[in-house]
Amino acid sequence: MDPIIFLIQCLNAIQYGLLLFLVASGLTLIFGIMGIINLAHGSFYMIGAYMAFALQPLISQYAGESFVLTLLACVALAAILGYFLEWAFYSYLYHRDHLQQVLMTFGLILVFEELRSLLVGNDVHGVPIPAWLQGSISLADVMTYPIYRLFISVVCIIVAGLLYWVLTRTRLGMMIRAGASNREMINSLGIDINRLFRIVFAMGVALAALAGAIAAPVSSVYPGMGQSVLIICFVVVVIGGIGSIRGAFLAAMLVGFVDTFGQILFPAAAGVLVYLLMAAILLFKPEGLFKQG
Amino acid sequence: MKKTFTYTALAAFFALGAAGQAHAVVKVGFMLPYSGTYAKLGEAIENGFKLYVQEQGGKLAGQEVEYFKVDDESNPSKGPENANRLVQRDQVDVLVGTVHSGVAMALAKAAKDSDTTLIIPNAGADAITGPLCSKNIFRSSFSNWQPGYAMGPVALDKGHKTAITISWNYAAGKESTDGFKESFEKGGGKVVKHLTLPFPNVEFQPLLTEIAATKPDAVYTFFAGGGAVKFVQDYYAAGLNKTIPLLGSGFLTDGTLEAQGESAQGLLTTLHYADGLNTERDNAFRESYSKNFPALPPDVYAVQGYDAAQLLAAGLKAVDGDVTKKDAMRDAMRDATIDSPRGTFKLSAAGNPVQDMYLREVQGTQNVNKGIAIKDLADPARGCKL
Repeated sequence: MDPIIFLIQCLNAIQYGLLLFLVASGLTLIFGIMGIINLAHGSFYMIGAYMAFALQPLISQYAGESFVLTLLACVALAAILGYFLEWAFYSYLYHRDHLQQVLMTFGLILVFEELRSLLVGNDVHGVPIPAWLQGSISLADVMTYPIYRLFISVVCIIVAGLLYWVLTRTRLGMMIRAGASNREMINSLGIDINRLFRIVFAMGVALAALAGAIAAPVSSVYPGMGQSVLIICFVVVVIGGIGSIRGAFLAAMLVGFVDTFGQILFPAAAGVLVYLLMAAILLFKPEGLFKQG
Repeated sequence: MKKTFTYTALAAFFALGAAGQAHAVVKVGFMLPYSGTYAKLGEAIENGFKLYVQEQGGKLAGQEVEYFKVDDESNPSKGPENANRLVQRDQVDVLVGTVHSGVAMALAKAAKDSDTTLIIPNAGADAITGPLCSKNIFRSSFSNWQPGYAMGPVALDKGHKTAITISWNYAAGKESTDGFKESFEKGGGKVVKHLTLPFPNVEFQPLLTEIAATKPDAVYTFFAGGGAVKFVQDYYAAGLNKTIPLLGSGFLTDGTLEAQGESAQGLLTTLHYADGLNTERDNAFRESYSKNFPALPPDVYAVQGYDAAQLLAAGLKAVDGDVTKKDAMRDAMRDATIDSPRGTFKLSAAGNPVQDMYLREVQGTQNVNKGIAIKDLADPARGCKL
């Protein structure tokens, strides 16, 4: 492989991995810390994307063309939605077994899909890329690389850093980690564990929605877009170790590289390579690359 | 004596009753996607079908038409079960469906087993009018091979010598790109690489980089729906459209142009229907369709549904509306000349339309007709033993 092409492919892999991380980080928070198998996570991704599609015209009408404002609005609304959902549904699931969790969250997928169909319809829609990110840079006269894709990567890196900082360096992070390892103990220390988990859940939903909103201009919004990311996200979470942000980051990168280079070098097996990777890692590290924490 | 009379009368009554019932209505079973990604396509097909029946005064060959509906959810694993609902429970005379090729295969099998007449208003799987072909199976749409094959000569005409084909790694994609390869290489071109990615992945960047590195003269692609939107946008964003023209099967730009916007302008695709055919027949159809269904613009799916009804009407007319004369009805359907909005066509022996393939160019949100790429193109029906 030509070295320049190789470097571009590495860039592709990193960029794909970072986006995967953004979606999977929310899932690993909810799955790892709260112990809930949340199949509806893909729906939150879809909701984020559709919000970006629906809010953009509204915001440019009232507050001027501002993509950042759209993203912030998506995140805020998603956090509110998450907070509400936790209170209304998820809070009843902590002590139930996994089958019931799967059933309810699967039910939520159906509800969200139907709502999407009622509110927005079944068309495919494009979301415009903001003017200041529209250009592209040429890479060694082979092809051009859209600036927006690089922008996505930058946002993902910032979010990853923030998340890591919150979980390891702040009081909130300390409480979350403590709550994950011993729910009753932290409750008896006088911390409102219900509220804490509600915040974590809202964060998880907001992260998924941010990923959806930020990916919308390059992926466009379409019915069923949530399901396509759900499975790969679970793979990332399982490889990384359930509940580990660091693990999710590393796993997302691994998946990004395996998927990208698999498609080029072993096209016939491209569909299974990621799952082979997962199986191989679980064989040697049954709990994933990093244990919870 | 008296008793015998009663029994005979009863028997006669029942016999008449049964015969009368069969004559009273034609039961049409729609097995179409009414939810999920293809919901809009299912709706368009049903609209088209009903529009034709309505234009005939609500009757086909003097028979009332009664409709039964099942949502197939585009889910192949539920295909046999859903098909049997229509065949066993509702006892339909004619099946109409569906969009998804995998579901259509299941439907074809159910139709074969129960000897029910089946009209396929979209699903393009080559196998249905290939190895799986049968006397009772008809298609009012296309085979995946057809649009692909039609693009080969167009690419050669533009002076392209080498090409890369790219699609999802599933039957429809393979059939379409194989069709292109067949005619392109027959004319002296060379498909240097066939790129695939697993369905329904939309992370195209690695493959686009591969295309940029290989630098072919052109790229032929088959994608549909959300994947088509993203592929066209990514291709444009990577700047490849400036140096390597993108060609595609018509589904690349059908129903997706609003979302693709700027990135799709000027794309060339081939399909059996186009905007701006501007024939008397097509204009009348479009006007009538828009009047009845103002929310949906007329499209290729509506045409396919409309022609499915025409096909059935041709069969019913030949047997005077008596659906129990299956063989005569099917023979008539196979011999029918359909006056379609796309242009008149007949069916091949395997039951697939022998039709003109149009070259279309994207202008704004229209796939504008640029003339006929191949006239009267017949699917080779490989593996069909009719």
